[in-house]
Order: sequence, then structure tokens, then C-alpha cells
Amino acid sequence: MSKAILYDSTLCIGCKACEGACAERWGLPYNEKIAAEEKISAHKLTAIETHGDKFCRRLCMNCVEPACVSVCPVGALQKTSLGPVTYDADKCMGCRYCMQACPFQVPSYEWSSRLPRMRKCDMCYQRQSEGKLTACAEACPVGATLNGDRDELIREAQRRLAEKPDQYYGRIYGLTEVGGTSVFYLSAVPFAQIGLRTGVPQEPLPETTWRVLELVPDVVSTGTVLLGGIYWITNRRAEVAKKEGRR
Amino acid sequence: MTRKLPKITVWRAIFAAILASGIYATYLRIFYGLGGSTNLSDQFPWGIWIAFDVMCGVGLAAGGFTLVAMVHIFNIEKYKPILRPAILTAFLGYLLVTVGLLYDLGRPDRLWHPLVMWNPHSVMFEVAWCVTLYSTVLFLEFLPVVLEKFGLHKPLRWIHKISVPLMILGVLLSTLHQSSLGTLFLIVPEKLYPLWYTPILPLLFYVSAIAVGLAMTIFESWHSSRAFGRALELPLLMSMGRVLAVVLSVYLWIRFLDLSHRHAFALLAQNRIETWLFALEIALLVVPTALLYLQRVRSSPGSLYACAVMVIFGFIANRLNVGSTGLEAGSGTHYIPRWSEVAVTLSIVAVGFAIFRLVAEYFPIFEAAKNEHEAAPMEQTETHPVEVA
Repeated sequence: MSKAILYDSTLCIGCKACEGACAERWGLPYNEKIAAEEKISAHKLTAIETHGDKFCRRLCMNCVEPACVSVCPVGALQKTSLGPVTYDADKCMGCRYCMQACPFQVPSYEWSSRLPRMRKCDMCYQRQSEGKLTACAEACPVGATLNGDRDELIREAQRRLAEKPDQYYGRIYGLTEVGGTSVFYLSAVPFAQIGLRTGVPQEPLPETTWRVLELVPDVVSTGTVLLGGIYWITNRRAEVAKKEGRR
Repeated sequence: MTRKLPKITVWRAIFAAILASGIYATYLRIFYGLGGSTNLSDQFPWGIWIAFDVMCGVGLAAGGFTLVAMVHIFNIEKYKPILRPAILTAFLGYLLVTVGLLYDLGRPDRLWHPLVMWNPHSVMFEVAWCVTLYSTVLFLEFLPVVLEKFGLHKPLRWIHKISVPLMILGVLLSTLHQSSLGTLFLIVPEKLYPLWYTPILPLLFYVSAIAVGLAMTIFESWHSSRAFGRALELPLLMSMGRVLAVVLSVYLWIRFLDLSHRHAFALLAQNRIETWLFALEIALLVVPTALLYLQRVRSSPGSLYACAVMVIFGFIANRLNVGSTGLEAGSGTHYIPRWSEVAVTLSIVAVGFAIFRLVAEYFPIFEAAKNEHEAAPMEQTETHPVEVA
């Protein structure tokens, strides 16, 4: 029973109610100046972008198999069974590998802080585990952001595409991107035109490094036998040479 | 011991200037955070403190494990006189990499976290463990030098007893983390420019680390022979030049095959910054490889040194391309290090040179064979292979 968010760009009116609700939920400042910033940052975990007469909302995709979770050396990032990808600032040592690894460039860093943290949307893990909606979905006045069961939201998106094929670009963004995400997008135009990254791989990214990492035990065991064997041979040769030299 | 005031030379003045700027940059880093001391951004979270200080630092220290393997595991005794300087470089290298990390980590006070909070799926976790363990191994490999200096024979014998497993462990740990620094970038297939992104990055990182380890050994020998007025171990370095040529040839051939299998050569037709950086990197590796096949070049200390320097710069170019410049286009941003990032990096390099020189002056680094006889005469003979240098 994994949760997800469905954002329908064709319904969004760009009122930024989601931004305000998100800031309030995180205890972050929100004013006109911050509202005008059209990108996510350490003090703005979701942002409405304007692309001509279209809007697009940016937030953490809470991937099904998140690159950030797999790369974090201290396990500060976790994929919960509920769906959200959570972050434990007390573990984080600030290597910023999650930021490098994220194919959507979502994690932000508190660059000017002396004790910095990474910041990102966690799909309101706390609220959702209490059975509430995410702050953004609750605040949206037009239903452009829906929050609910992942499978149901996929069916809802497919229903919309089937019912009004002329109003939508016929795909759901997030269904196959990096093996699937927990945030889905519907759009009237191709996704690249509303600023979404379309070049991301269709396979889960943790595979790329795990293919190599899983070889570590093999390398260690084979290497020990090989190096030990070479040592045994070469030094036996030296011992023999020494004895023959003495005779 | 009376000591005269040091003379002011050009090099000492440059050293002082670098250190002064480094100290000011350190002040900025501590009091104004990464934002106040670097040009890093959310789009470009890793700069030269990772791409140079860590990735090049670890690679340039690879001479330690390469020579330990050659001398003690493959039992090629003749390289023994240059083993200790290589181990010293490696040990210093890893200490300085750790210093570099302390600058780069957002929370340097939590450097120890990966040792306690595990995530075996993370390449960074594996690197952290390997580097920690290997630094310990290097410390133990270097310890006999200190023990000899102070005539502590008993602990010296203990170390000799564990020396073989210790050396094998060191080579294994190096194999793992030298390659893993390449594995780090397998997670960014859509960001790293395809001239560099390849599933065999770990293999390429490993082979190039061996090559640069040999090049660094030639580089050090040349410098220390000048600094301490010793004769250069020329016959040794000549044969090492031969090994270097072969390792580099293998490396370049693997890269050629990789690029052709991935059909990446077509990219070279594009007039982009990446094409030129790639060409520079490859030229810095191809030219010395070709030259090192010439007997004339290998037998001249100057030319041999020039080849080693080219290999080192080619290696640095490769690591900077993979760790920084090759990621710019894919990250949709532009990164040029701030002066304070450069100042810290230069300071770390300068301090490395200075410490190497001090240690080499006061400890028996270059007279290894002689001192080992004095230290444990009953078990040392010319051909006895077991002792740790």
C-alpha cells in the first residue's frame, strides 16, 4: 500500500498554494520574494515553474528504487514502505553523493550554514503515516495535485489519458523513469517542454553500481588466493636459489 | 644540534605564500561554510576538493601498493631501494586525502559515521572502509622505519611476523578502492559525458592507478636524488620505465576498445570543450607511452622524468574530467573553482612535499637495505624476502 502524488499540469493554475503549505509544514519562511523563485532550494522544497502558459511543479520524485538511498554511505536516506524517501540529518556527514547521484537534481544543500543539512521533500512522511494527505495535496484548490494510493493514482492517470486523449500528451511521466517514481506527471505538451528531464535512464540507477559492488567478495577471495599463491611460488624459488647458491 | 635560520629562496617564498592563502581560505571554510569558500551549487555539488584532492590524491599514492606487490609478492628484489619512498608517499598521500575530505565534508566532525552507520550498497561506504583500513596498513608498513630509527628491535620483529598477510591485505584493499573511485560515477549515466562514462570505469581507474603509481615513483626518485645529492637508481628506473610503458599500453588499448564498442568515437567530431579536454588527456598519456618504448629515452634521466611528469598530468586530467569537467554539461551548469578552493588544494600539495622532505631527511628512507641489516641481523640476508621495507 504505497503512496504517491499525481500532478496534472493541465489543471494547475499556478496559484502556488502548494508552495505556501509546504513551507508551513517544514517551518520555512515564505513570502513574495521566495514565491518568485522558480526553483527548488534548501529553503523551498517544492516550486511551481512557468513554461510559457504552462505550469510545472517540482518536488522530490521519491523514486521506487532511489539512487540517493543506495549511494548514502551512512544510510541517512531511507525508502519507506509507505512510499516517501526520508532523511535523517543526524546521520548525514555531508558528502553530498546523494546530490550528485540524483537524476532529477532534487536534493539541495544548506551551503551557507556552518552545520549544513541536505534538504528535500519527503512527501510528508509524518502526515501520511498518520493517515493525512500531504500538505500540498490538501492545499491545492483545483485538484492538480492528488495524493493517494500509488496504484489507484496510476489508474486515475490512465483514465484521464483515455478519456481526453486530445488534451494530453499521451504518457505518464514517472511510470518508467529510473524504474518508476512516486510522483507522476500529466501534461498537455511533451514533458521536455515543461522542464522535466526526459533523458533519464529507464532502469533503476542503483543497479549500475551494485553490479560492481556485488563482486567485492569475489575479488577479495580470488585476490587472496592469487596473491598468496604468487607469493608462495616466487619465494619458494628464492629459497631454492639461496640454497643452491650456498652449495 | 644547532640550526641555522632557513635561507629565503624563491621556492620557500612561494611555499609561504601558498600556505598563507591556504590559512585564510581555511578561515573562510570554517566560519562561512562551503558557500563562503567554494563555488559549489545544488546543481554541481562536487568540486576540485573531490576531483583533485581525493581522486587524484588516492591515485598518486598508488605507488605504495604497486611496489609492495612487485617487491614482496612478485619477489622482484631489485626494486627494494625505492620501496620505502613509495610507501612514505602513499602514507602521506592518504593522510592528505583525509585532510582534503575534512574540508569538503559538510560535517567533518562526522567523518567516522560510515564506520558505525553502515550501508553496504553504497560505493562511498566501501571506499570509506577501504581507505581507513589501508591507511592503517600503510602505517604498519611504514612503522619499521620509525622503529629502526630508535632501535626498537622487539616490536620490529612482531611486525615482520605479520608482514606477509599485511602486504596481501594492502594490495587487496588498494585494488578495491582504487577501482571503486571509478564505480562512484557509474550512478550518473545521464550526467557524465559519454567519452568518459563507461561501465568499465572501475577497471580503467584501477589500471591507470597502477600506471601513475609507477610514474610517481620515478618522479620521486628523480626529485629526492637532487634534493639529497644521491645517485639516481638509473638501471632500476629504466626497467620501471619499461613496465610503465606496458601498463600504459594496456590501459590505452582497453580505452580504445571501450570507445569503439560503445561507438563513442563519433563524438570526437563535435567541436565541444569535452572533445578538447579528452584529446589533451589522451595526448598526455599516448606521448609518454610511445617515448618510453625508446631505449634512448629510458636511459636518459631527464627524458624519463619528463615522461613520468606527462603521465602524472595525463592522470590528473583524466580524474578531473571524470570528477568535474565531464559532469558540467550533464548538470546543466558551469563550475570554476573559487580561489579559496585552489588555495586549500595547493596548500595540501605543498605541505605534502614539505613533510616528505622532512621525513626523508631525518628517517632512514633511502638507505633501507643497510639499516635493515643493522636492525635484525640474525634473520636478514640479501635474498631473504620476508622483511617489510
